[in-house]
Amino acid sequence: MSRIEGVLKSLKAQGRKALIPYITAGDPHPDQTVDLMHTLVAAGADIIELGVPFSDPMADGPVIQLACERALVHGTSLRQVVAMVKTFREKDDKTPIVLMGYLNPMEAMGYEQFADTAKAAGVDGILTVDLPPEEADEVAPLFTERDLDAIFLLAPTTTDDRIRSISQHSSGYVYYVSFKGVTGSGKIDIDEVASKVAHIHELTALPVGVGFGIRDAETAAAVGRVSDGVIVGSVLVDTIARNQSDPDQLKRALTDLLRPMREALDNLAS
Amino acid sequence: MKLTEEMLSGFPDARGHFGAYGGRFVSETLFDSLMTLEKEYKRLKNDPDFQASFDKDLAHYVGRPSPLYLAERLTRETGGAQIWLKREDLNHTGAHKVNNTIGQALLASFLGKKRIIAETGAGQHGVATATVCARLGLECHVFMGAEDVQRQSLNVYRMKLLGATVHAVQSGTKTLKDAMNDAMRDWVANVDDTFYIIGTVAGPHPYPLLVRDFQSVIGRETRQQCLSQAGKLPDALVACVGGGSNAIGMFYPFLTDESVQMYGVEAGGLGIETGQHAAPLSAGRPGVLHGNRTYLMEDENGQIASTHSVSAGLDYPGVGPEHSWLKDIGRAHYVSVTDDEALDGFRKLTRVEGIMPALETAHAVAYAIKLAATMDKDQVVVINVSGRGDKDIQTIAKLDGIEM
Repeated sequence: MSRIEGVLKSLKAQGRKALIPYITAGDPHPDQTVDLMHTLVAAGADIIELGVPFSDPMADGPVIQLACERALVHGTSLRQVVAMVKTFREKDDKTPIVLMGYLNPMEAMGYEQFADTAKAAGVDGILTVDLPPEEADEVAPLFTERDLDAIFLLAPTTTDDRIRSISQHSSGYVYYVSFKGVTGSGKIDIDEVASKVAHIHELTALPVGVGFGIRDAETAAAVGRVSDGVIVGSVLVDTIARNQSDPDQLKRALTDLLRPMREALDNLAS
Repeated sequence: MKLTEEMLSGFPDARGHFGAYGGRFVSETLFDSLMTLEKEYKRLKNDPDFQASFDKDLAHYVGRPSPLYLAERLTRETGGAQIWLKREDLNHTGAHKVNNTIGQALLASFLGKKRIIAETGAGQHGVATATVCARLGLECHVFMGAEDVQRQSLNVYRMKLLGATVHAVQSGTKTLKDAMNDAMRDWVANVDDTFYIIGTVAGPHPYPLLVRDFQSVIGRETRQQCLSQAGKLPDALVACVGGGSNAIGMFYPFLTDESVQMYGVEAGGLGIETGQHAAPLSAGRPGVLHGNRTYLMEDENGQIASTHSVSAGLDYPGVGPEHSWLKDIGRAHYVSVTDDEALDGFRKLTRVEGIMPALETAHAVAYAIKLAATMDKDQVVVINVSGRGDKDIQTIAKLDGIEM
């Protein structure tokens, strides 16, 4: 059983929902990322999605675009991101780490080499925004062979046939994108998400995490009620941007944002 | 490799691949829309009503066929092969871009989409899109890098006059690639009612296919005109390559004619050796950007490199996937000329033939002159004059130290 599967199963057994924060590696500075990852865990994260910065993040809104730019100013490379996970693992061997990003940095590194070093560093899953399963013939088996979970996106526009086939290519969880738009842009419609996620649950046994549009404890609880986990990105990254000059204040701000979400999710169980 | 019609029908394959290139590398939200577009295009491609509308618009709105013109004085001064010019600059709106926007706008109408988005570099595709939108009464949004908005202000104003909203893109390098990023972002958010008219043979499948099909009228006409006017097939075709739509439009109908050599001319900028250029086929390597795998300019970590070219329309770090495939199989040659050589080409064609080419086209002119000089007098070189240079007057004046 993969680390991701283990965590999600144990949460389910307790009737709890996963809290999955996203931050961009290297933002605001590569030296701070590992520390911020530990902060996220201390504040209640079950799984971390660690963004790999890319020069052309086409599926992201301005908040994460700027995070990529801040990280790239310091030359944050995919190799460095993997090395950060390795450092993180020195103190934390429980929290699953999913690398989330775009395909080209992986292609440039070489898929086999990337899969090997990611596995060795303690990475658990890979989510590639611009890699649908149809194009993953070459890459996905390299992940599967190493027990790295391949996590794919589902969207409001995904047809039933594709939900089935994407789920077959996925392991760990599937990531449901709650609205049509880029990260940090739109407003989540809880009723629509509830009915879509219920429908996805009919088509796959995999846990369903929901991301896009979760900004506070209230939306986290509302989405947690109808899914297996909530993914929180832009609001955290925006917090990083606003507190980038003060590392201690930044950690406090992230904690203040995440902890109420954790509590709201856990209150659903009781 | 000798290509046959039968082989060509397999490129792209069912999933949009040209060998190792192309494909559909997009976020999930867009996938269904691309599938629908592909399905509808396949149906309409063989629909006589659709084709008749397209042909009629090309004839009476664009003004096709565009002439194939023997540049006698340029030929004489060059002292080699005959140089013929395919006059896409004479099309309505002044460039080849309109062939494609007519086709895609027609597709949008058949699909019932009322809102159009487009990216643009030099502004020619933006103008061509705004033009067809004005004619069909469609809402039009054009994304253009902030740097390009500056250097192509004439085209920006043309688009506004035509009723389009021009969005100056401030992210990244503020050029064509960033305009395409923002167009994709808009599309994801508005996928239900919006049709994205991509201006070049790049992007996710089926765009490279349908843009090629719409632009192939250039090569089909050239083939016929060359046979009747020069009495033979061309020996060499020369076209500039940014994304590569005018080049593929010219090359494609000749791919099975083994004797016809093809030269795609990339923007060498300040020189390939300086790294300040926009020549992925000459100096890049394969990667994935904007929905397709193709040759890219990138750093060792897979971050897309910034590009430089005097011409905004060529200032792009990628290239259409079919060109990547044609390069690898050796069917077409890809070369580059520098900013300075292109500017010389611009002045030469202007002064010797009274035809002022776009700075993009000037790259093809510069290379063709060098090429023709090495060839025999009975040989034929055809340059695709993809656009006219009016939009570049301010750039040229500035280089000449003239304030306008």
